[in-house]
Amino acid sequence: MVNWKEDRSKFPEKNPDGTNKIDLNSHKFVKIWQGPQHPGVTGNMALELTVQGDEIMESKTHVGYLHRGFEKLMERRRYIQCFPICIRVCVPEPDSNEYCLAAAAEELGGIEVPEKAKWLRTLALEMARLANYLQWTGGQCGSLGMGTVGQWTMYLRDYVLDRFEELTGGRVYHMYIIPGGVRSNVPDGFEKRMNEVLDEIETVMNKDIYNMMFNNAVFKTRTVGVGYIDPKIMEDYGVTGPNARAGGLIKDVRKDYPYLIYDKLDFEVAHGKDSDIYTRAMVRRNDLLTSVSLIRQILAKMPKDREIMAKMPNVLHWKIPKGQTYARIEASRGEFGYFMTSDGSAYPRRIVVRGPSYTHAMSLFEKMLINANIADVAATMVSLHTCPPEIER
Amino acid sequence: MKATLERLKGFFGASDEVIQRDDLVFLTVDKENLVSALTYLKNEAGFKHLVMMSVADWLEEGKFQFTYHVNSHELKKDIALRVFINRDNEDMYTIHTLWPTAMVYERENREMFGINFPGCPRVEENFVLEGWEEMPPNRRDFDTKEYSDKTFFPRDGRTTNDPREYMKEKLYSEEEK
Repeated sequence: MVNWKEDRSKFPEKNPDGTNKIDLNSHKFVKIWQGPQHPGVTGNMALELTVQGDEIMESKTHVGYLHRGFEKLMERRRYIQCFPICIRVCVPEPDSNEYCLAAAAEELGGIEVPEKAKWLRTLALEMARLANYLQWTGGQCGSLGMGTVGQWTMYLRDYVLDRFEELTGGRVYHMYIIPGGVRSNVPDGFEKRMNEVLDEIETVMNKDIYNMMFNNAVFKTRTVGVGYIDPKIMEDYGVTGPNARAGGLIKDVRKDYPYLIYDKLDFEVAHGKDSDIYTRAMVRRNDLLTSVSLIRQILAKMPKDREIMAKMPNVLHWKIPKGQTYARIEASRGEFGYFMTSDGSAYPRRIVVRGPSYTHAMSLFEKMLINANIADVAATMVSLHTCPPEIER
Repeated sequence: MKATLERLKGFFGASDEVIQRDDLVFLTVDKENLVSALTYLKNEAGFKHLVMMSVADWLEEGKFQFTYHVNSHELKKDIALRVFINRDNEDMYTIHTLWPTAMVYERENREMFGINFPGCPRVEENFVLEGWEEMPPNRRDFDTKEYSDKTFFPRDGRTTNDPREYMKEKLYSEEEK
């Protein structure tokens, strides 16, 4: 058996500060672009890669292809008019935006939300998490050439979207959570139909997808030990959510700062310790199953009262008192928050969105790609679960 | 948490304490004390996670408000430090040495508000806008309507017709009348 080990003593050449030495005039390097339109890139963002052979020497993330200026647009609109804008910040999981904006406005305005509305909000947030994780599972497999799993998870996600349509009237964008409560109550028979969907998701996730994904030799070879994030740098780089939990940094806003009714529900936070793509995938799968269990608990324990909206004045006459606050939740990608500044008028002074991808896809991802292989870029990027609209807002 | 707040007030001259929630406290510090206060919070008090760094434009008062929002995972508490600087041509200290991820925030705020952060690597690169020559767009005095009128080709507005007249004209030609 040939025991070949590459000689790394002279390659790659290093600068005194430890970074890779790059001389584009030496004809040893090639610059390639991955994105903005590329199947291996989540959303529209571009990676400018400097490669030598198939090893990446330097990587730069370029964003701006989805910039619509949400934060600026919201400054010129009344609070209720911000809702159709804020949901566009994250397409696969818009409910987290609705909730953060509503929670920040409620906190500054001193609005009490009825108990039933809190349960319905949690239901919507967990359903969004479930749908987003299903989509991500397909994406992760797709990035490694296993498109079949993506087709299974997309049909499952479609069932969740059907239930969203019943509950809120919209499939992708819901605008369900608004200041004061939620827009509608659960329809008749919703619990039964939702439970059927959950049963199906659980069966497929535990049997077919588990075998196809986690017991798959190709998946294991391509992901175990690849895309490692050192747990020591996690706090410096602002890593949160499943990416942090896969490295043993157990951060979950649902447990640490319980909002809505998460303190009344029984769940364990999924975590791992190897911090590679495989562990992150496993953490997300376990989180998905936690979500399924949480939705079942919510449907079983939900109070029967009809009041879902606090008494509010005419939406066009809202004025939020002067102040600043930060509302945060655990989205499927990590800590998600809205920082709202109000000057006492009918318009927000400034709203800043803290998307988890902002830190994951920019500084962390640029660091992770150095000395990685070109073929692993797509899988690494999907495993961070980045969403470019959150970066450029 | 109490000792940390006392230290911030006594040693770093923090003032205007606002207790927004049990887990969120706002404090105002001077620009000169900011980096040392953040270094203390990160290295000694355990506030290791930079949640966000944001800028708000108070046009009427001629000030930019920076908010450095840090979080302690052990204490489950947040501290947000506010810093006010003048709106005209004032620079801000960079904190990329404490949190590498702050580099991106600084690059974005330089582009969106025109505030420079001397010493921050790659701060002069474009972030979202490419070839932008106007006023930084997130400033309050940037008029989006005026910009779009100036930049984009003006199109005719929609015309409205009286349906009855319009249908008559469309359906029945001159000869039939």
